[in-house]
Amino acid sequence: MDKLLLDLKKQIIAQLNLQDVQPEDIGDDQPLFVEGLGLDSIDALELIVLLQQSYKIKLSNADEGPKVFRSVKTMAEYITAHQAQNA
Amino acid sequence: MYIRATGNISPQKTFGHLSFLPEAVGYAGNRLTCIEPDYKELIDVKLIRRMSRIIRMGVAAAMECLQEASCTMPDAIVTGTAYGCMEDTGLFLTKMVEYKEELLTPTAFIQSTHNTIGAQIGLLLQCNNYNNAFVHRGFSFESALLDGMLLLKEREAANVLVGAIDEITNTSHTILNRMGLYKQQSISSLDLFTANKSKGTIAGEGAAFFLLANDPGATDYAKLDGLKTFYKPEGIDEIEKNIAAFLSDNSIGYNDIDLIIAGKNGDAKADKIYDQLQQGIFANNYLINYKNLCGEYPTAIAFAVWLAANIIKTGTIPHVLQYTGPEEKKMKRILIYNHYLSLHHSLLLISAC
Amino acid sequence: MNDPVFVAGTGIISAIGNNTAECLDALKNGQTGIGNMHYLDSVHSQKIPAAEVKLGNNELAQLTGLANTKSRTALLSLVAAKEALYNSGITNLSALRTGFISANSVGGMDKTENFFAEFLSDNRKGRLRNVVNHECGSVTELVADKLGIKDYITTISTACSSSANAIFFGARLIKNNILDVVVAGGTDALTKFTINGFNTLMILDEQLCQPFDENRRGLNLGEGAGYVVLVSEKIAASLQQKPAVILSGYCNANDAYHQTASSPDGNGSFLAMSGALKKSGLQPADIDYINLHGTGTQNNDIAEGTAIKRLFTPHFPKMSSTKAFTGHTLGASGGIEAVFSTLAIQHGIIYPNLRLQTPIKELPFTPETTFIKNIPVKHVLSNSFGFGGNCSSLIFSKY
Repeated sequence: MDKLLLDLKKQIIAQLNLQDVQPEDIGDDQPLFVEGLGLDSIDALELIVLLQQSYKIKLSNADEGPKVFRSVKTMAEYITAHQAQNA
Repeated sequence: MYIRATGNISPQKTFGHLSFLPEAVGYAGNRLTCIEPDYKELIDVKLIRRMSRIIRMGVAAAMECLQEASCTMPDAIVTGTAYGCMEDTGLFLTKMVEYKEELLTPTAFIQSTHNTIGAQIGLLLQCNNYNNAFVHRGFSFESALLDGMLLLKEREAANVLVGAIDEITNTSHTILNRMGLYKQQSISSLDLFTANKSKGTIAGEGAAFFLLANDPGATDYAKLDGLKTFYKPEGIDEIEKNIAAFLSDNSIGYNDIDLIIAGKNGDAKADKIYDQLQQGIFANNYLINYKNLCGEYPTAIAFAVWLAANIIKTGTIPHVLQYTGPEEKKMKRILIYNHYLSLHHSLLLISAC
Repeated sequence: MNDPVFVAGTGIISAIGNNTAECLDALKNGQTGIGNMHYLDSVHSQKIPAAEVKLGNNELAQLTGLANTKSRTALLSLVAAKEALYNSGITNLSALRTGFISANSVGGMDKTENFFAEFLSDNRKGRLRNVVNHECGSVTELVADKLGIKDYITTISTACSSSANAIFFGARLIKNNILDVVVAGGTDALTKFTINGFNTLMILDEQLCQPFDENRRGLNLGEGAGYVVLVSEKIAASLQQKPAVILSGYCNANDAYHQTASSPDGNGSFLAMSGALKKSGLQPADIDYINLHGTGTQNNDIAEGTAIKRLFTPHFPKMSSTKAFTGHTLGASGGIEAVFSTLAIQHGIIYPNLRLQTPIKELPFTPETTFIKNIPVKHVLSNSFGFGGNCSSLIFSKY
């Protein structure tokens, strides 16, 4: 799980071109959107593709977005649950 | 109308309220690249991350211009760009081809639209006012300027932010090079006008913004008196006729012009027009050229406007511009004549306040 | 500067017809132009519906006299611009100061994207003729040259509001006595670039779009071109067929909220509509019909609807989005819808908002669902809002 969390943080920084942000700056439970990291709806679309590209998970319903992308931890949990399902 | 403030990011040291062209920067090869500032002081770091180079350059030049005028909310924002945001366009196209139209992300597409820079400026300023974008090749900046001038004339605006932005990317340089636009032999950009005549020019780019105002201010650069464009003239006669008509519309003669800034770009064929005019109707005028400093691109004339405004304001002409007239001459009225690919011809008249 | 600017002619090509008469028939009969793609070669062509013009490039080339190798954006533009000029009845164009102000958002992208596939494998490859007209302005020039218009030409590109801004700018050039006649509007062809771009935004409807429906799912892209011929009062008076419609109001405002999304209260839309009303000297209650921007996305329709609610309560005019017929034609939409607005006044008709089943709950009005004829239409408001917060509204009036 720790590795997945770190991987995700690195991937988010790269995909969203977050300048001057290091993986350790992002807390596992820190909200990604608005008040936390300050991401917006365009970033959400980028993260949907990130899930598809790196984890082969397709978010079928865009309404799931806010729940899945609440924090790095919720993303990791979603990915783990999906991988278990497909295993 | 008055040129109140300027902001210019170019291949020269033009940004950051320096003295007027403190030194000339030369480039080898056939491509000039903008000298970029540290954007973090000018643009919110959260916004920078999505901005490609051209968007950063455009927004930063606009911000510097507005800061110089202490203007926080222009009545209108009008931009001109021939190519738009090419880096983002190229990026999205490349991924679209490579990933066979699957797994694409939106950012590059969103930022590739031609109104992105004007929109980003509006967004940064929270400016709900008039916002327009012209994208017509060698007339892009001139169209934006005309729109801005009309808004002032119609009293729809008291001030207007008008800008020109065009970038050269590796992809566009490769393609335009294949089309034969650029010189094949390496020259130093500062020798552009003294080197032997040959085919092709040198690629340039830039982001230049101007704040135009209806009423005079204490620190204005110059007055913008007139603008005229003409498309695909049949030959030198028609060009001369258009120039004569422009001067007559502005009630002046050739003797009233202290300096002409012309758009020679080193391409033997394109420069022939300037040579003919210099030997003809401009024979008794002092004339300088500027594309050794910024290279050739569809909105390069904006660099000439910046030059003219600074020449009038400072009363000096930097050595690199190879001015041959008397030093003590006061520059009260400057005519800019530029053509792009012999298709788009433009005249601008700028005078002292 | 306050002299009226007349609409002397209209020209259009869209998914519902290749000229004004064909489009009018489809509007009357409720025939949509949206369906599977047949002309654009995209991996999405069977999955994502779109509103294609029902002619291939060869047929468009034959219609126009342009080479079939030219960008479809230019081919579509020339069909509609030619019709508009013919329809205006102006015969002495060369004796007048004439302009061509055309908008588009894709330029020659339909050709560039094919060039790129080869170019990426080897940057010495790809036919240059496919990128030589890449620029938006280049498309305009191909058409201007064919029309023989030289006095003033330019191109505007402000995403979905492009054409409205072109018409607006053209009218101002006439009011400022710079030109006598302006062919103004816009064009856009469907491209893989735009289909994929909007697809990444997840706002494309995989079924037929339902603008202003509570259960709307997104937009369908379309293609086409629409132009009006604007003339000064003096030219209007000289024409055999006297123009009866004027462009009475216009306004360009910016939402300044987000690069792609509209603000929840539709601030930019509100400013554009109220500014256009002010310019025309009309009150909200004077408007007989609003041709909505109405793309069918959750965000646009509620923002636009909220702005209308703020501005028009309690006098709601009849309104509809014609994008359920033509798809969202992006840079062309303001031109196509300016033509529809003019026709509504000329013919006394109002178009249905196709496929509207459940009106949006938060809004106190319902767009029209049937074709209405024999109704006096004096003032029409046409909305064009888009990316970058660019919002423009035009008002056409009976003169």
